Amino acid sequence: MHASRLSRVFLIVYLIVLMLPIYWLINMSLKTNTDIVSGLGFYPKHPTFAKYLFILTDPTWQHGFGVSLTFVAINTLISVTVALPAAYAFNRYAFVGDKHLFFWLLSNQMAPAAVYAMPFFNLYYALGLFDTVWAVALAHCVFNVPLAVWILEGFVGGVPREIDETAAIDGYSFPHFFIKIFLPLIANGIGVTAFFCFMFSWVEQLLAMTLTSSHALPIPAVMTQAYALEGMDWSLLAAAGVLTMIPGAIVIWFVRNHIAKGFALGRV
Amino acid sequence: MSKPINNRAWFFVLPVLGFVMFSAIIPMMTVVNYSVQDTMGSNQFFWNGDQWFRDLLNPTTEIGARFAGALGRNLTFSLVALLIEVPLGIGMALCLPRQGWTVGFVLVLIALPMLIPWNVVGTIWQIFARADIGLFGATLVGMGIPYNVTQDPTSAWVTIVVIDAWHWTPLVILLSYAGLRAIPDAYYQAARIDSASRWAIFTNVELPKLHKVLVIAVLLRFMQTFMIYTEPFVVTGGGPGSSTTFLAIDLVKIALGQVDLGNAAAMSLVYNLITLTICWIFYTIMTQMDKRGAE
Amino acid sequence: MARVELDHIAHSYAPKAAEPAYALHPLDVVWEEGSACALLGPSGCGKTTLLNIISGLIAPSRGRLLFNGQDVTRLPTEKRNIAQVFQFPVIYDTMTVAGNLAFPLRNRGMEKRAIEVRVAEIAELLDLTRDLNKPARNLTADAKQKISLGRGLVRSDVAAVLFDEPLTVIDPALKWELRSKLKEVHRALNVLMIYVTHDQVEALTFADQVMVMRDGEVLQRATPAELFETPEHTFVGYFIGSPGMNFLEADVAGHQAKVAGTVFELGRSYTVPAGSTKVQIGFRPDYARTAPSGDIPVKVRRIEDLGRRRLARLALGPHEIYATVPHDVTIDGEDAALTIPPNRLFVYVDGRRIIGEDRR
Repeated sequence: MHASRLSRVFLIVYLIVLMLPIYWLINMSLKTNTDIVSGLGFYPKHPTFAKYLFILTDPTWQHGFGVSLTFVAINTLISVTVALPAAYAFNRYAFVGDKHLFFWLLSNQMAPAAVYAMPFFNLYYALGLFDTVWAVALAHCVFNVPLAVWILEGFVGGVPREIDETAAIDGYSFPHFFIKIFLPLIANGIGVTAFFCFMFSWVEQLLAMTLTSSHALPIPAVMTQAYALEGMDWSLLAAAGVLTMIPGAIVIWFVRNHIAKGFALGRV
Repeated sequence: MSKPINNRAWFFVLPVLGFVMFSAIIPMMTVVNYSVQDTMGSNQFFWNGDQWFRDLLNPTTEIGARFAGALGRNLTFSLVALLIEVPLGIGMALCLPRQGWTVGFVLVLIALPMLIPWNVVGTIWQIFARADIGLFGATLVGMGIPYNVTQDPTSAWVTIVVIDAWHWTPLVILLSYAGLRAIPDAYYQAARIDSASRWAIFTNVELPKLHKVLVIAVLLRFMQTFMIYTEPFVVTGGGPGSSTTFLAIDLVKIALGQVDLGNAAAMSLVYNLITLTICWIFYTIMTQMDKRGAE
Repeated sequence: MARVELDHIAHSYAPKAAEPAYALHPLDVVWEEGSACALLGPSGCGKTTLLNIISGLIAPSRGRLLFNGQDVTRLPTEKRNIAQVFQFPVIYDTMTVAGNLAFPLRNRGMEKRAIEVRVAEIAELLDLTRDLNKPARNLTADAKQKISLGRGLVRSDVAAVLFDEPLTVIDPALKWELRSKLKEVHRALNVLMIYVTHDQVEALTFADQVMVMRDGEVLQRATPAELFETPEHTFVGYFIGSPGMNFLEADVAGHQAKVAGTVFELGRSYTVPAGSTKVQIGFRPDYARTAPSGDIPVKVRRIEDLGRRRLARLALGPHEIYATVPHDVTIDGEDAALTIPPNRLFVYVDGRRIIGEDRR
């Protein structure tokens, strides 16, 4: 059909535009610094994997990746786990203050991280969590938990209420029903939610950098340190940048079918 | 269908409440605390009442003018970004393949920009926008457009908007695509039987079904654009002049650069309140629209 | 309005395979204008595939589809002048009921006044007049189904109305009502209606012609009465009627069939073709009388009182048989006998009914 050919053209053009900056990043990561600064080059004339090798073998960088992945994993786990019962409650019951509570939760998305950095620092310092992955994982809950509730609520709404009732009639206890019957039904939603939590926690840097100093330096901090110490090493930063895309790409590869299956988010 | 009223549902919400309160209320109290005090040097605070707020909301003071300017830029930026990203996002979602091996592949490609940490995004565009060694800058200059991020405010604005659109349109695409895929095929079949044009299908079937997903997309994108920090910080540094000094940039300048915690705290509270109000109005309008339809 | 003709239509979802697995075996059918037909069968029998071929959602891998003699096999849905009512209500949420009904006409560029008149007419027919100005999304499921039917009917040129299990989400109490509405509309408009369902009651009460399908094959195409009286296939016998037909493996020769040592007299004389693997006799429980004495001795397992009639579960050797217990008969103890009118006994070879020779 004519329309579908046109939309394919749009899609391809969009994808090319979308990929150009990323191509440029990869391009840079394979060049030497002199090559980068010497002029416009569409491809690396003397491709080198030196920077990748360096990052992958350097203990500081390795540690940085480990730290980032750890707090992201902890945060995703916490966010999804605590959001599940809440999403269920918001969808299935009316209770005093539910609407205000829901909006209040959302409003935490709006806190400008720049200003909250200082108070966060004070709080986690006082708790003795400063410079641990836990500080970052907990701090990221501020925006990820509400988001998880929001997304999951839509998926909970997609499960007919009759299923809850049938399970109750069949004599399932609530926890048993929730874990054995209900969770598998919204597995899709859990996947999608985990993806979004992963994403927002992985790319956040301001809080992550504020709440760590030496033991738990996340990737963005290692990058900042790298150019603070050795001057602007573009190709090193580019190589690190390319590497930071990989975990996310893997995660989305896992949930691609959940997204393609479609979901109509509930509430509002 | 009305939900059963059950206040025990609060127990289900408690864990969420605990986690969010812990990381939201306590820091918020600290900020409120700062906002009514002044400090002379290290850790010496004294009561300053509502002075910070009065200065801030009075455009004739230096800080008030700065605040008003930044607020205006923020609102403009959010509006421009949403006007580009939402239609583009929906449009691209419509163009995405619905089945076949390309689906997963295209989804991963589209999501890639979102998965890049903020500072890497900055790094990419710092180079990419340069007229001498960056493709974007070089292309614009090559086309005879007077493009210069560090000298020309328009160039700086265009760059920030392009970065944001590049970075976050994928979010709108993914959400819209998921929403579109949730529409049962029967609706399309029915529309075909009714001889509906492509446009009629879009306005009468797809758009109404996307309503809920779009509310989320718009709210998220509004909050994120309104808090924009990293892109201007890395790429333009808020300049040239103050042309891309958005609220968050100014806040950090005041809070960390000038160690003027009182002013920064007052500013962030007001800022927070504005975001909250706008979101609340939007949220209420959308909820009401939905309710009126459901009556 | 039109007659719909399937000319050697067949479909396979993998037509290029060496041995294409047919979702729908080659089929020749003519549906006359104004008739009400049902496609009946369990899920996966190919009835939905057939419906989708008629509606234009899939192109058949073989054969031609004719509307009024005109080949429409490759025409897109919108050019076919069909209407369809889906399993769940498909309506335009943002429009009123009137808006929904007017939509197909507006898309065809009909004049505003004429649209109003036609919408009012159809709304009247479907009892939707009072709801015309309400938002469509707030109505009950059955009203929504009527709207989607109405969107098809407003077009005066509609060739056929297709129903894809339209009562699935309807409240049981309202099913009957909506079904009678469909019949009423059918009589009023004299339009060809094709109704897909897995529910025999729906099919038999709605249609004047039923096609029973299984595994992509049409097993029998007949009136509801014929399906009941003379099932051409054991599956049709099982599927239709409640309980289904009794089938007993038998040795058939001439006008006698031997089941577990007992002789059944047949109405005709049969010759079983060589190479047959399974020979059965079949009869409806409704025509088999249980009594204290009679032709065939059986053991009584249980008698169920269904109110209007009594049903006996009987045993004959290893076989289980359902039969009617007439009102004037009382049965005590385990022993009883069965009487079956010979003309109600059929012989099936490998599932298909074979016709015997007249007894002289």
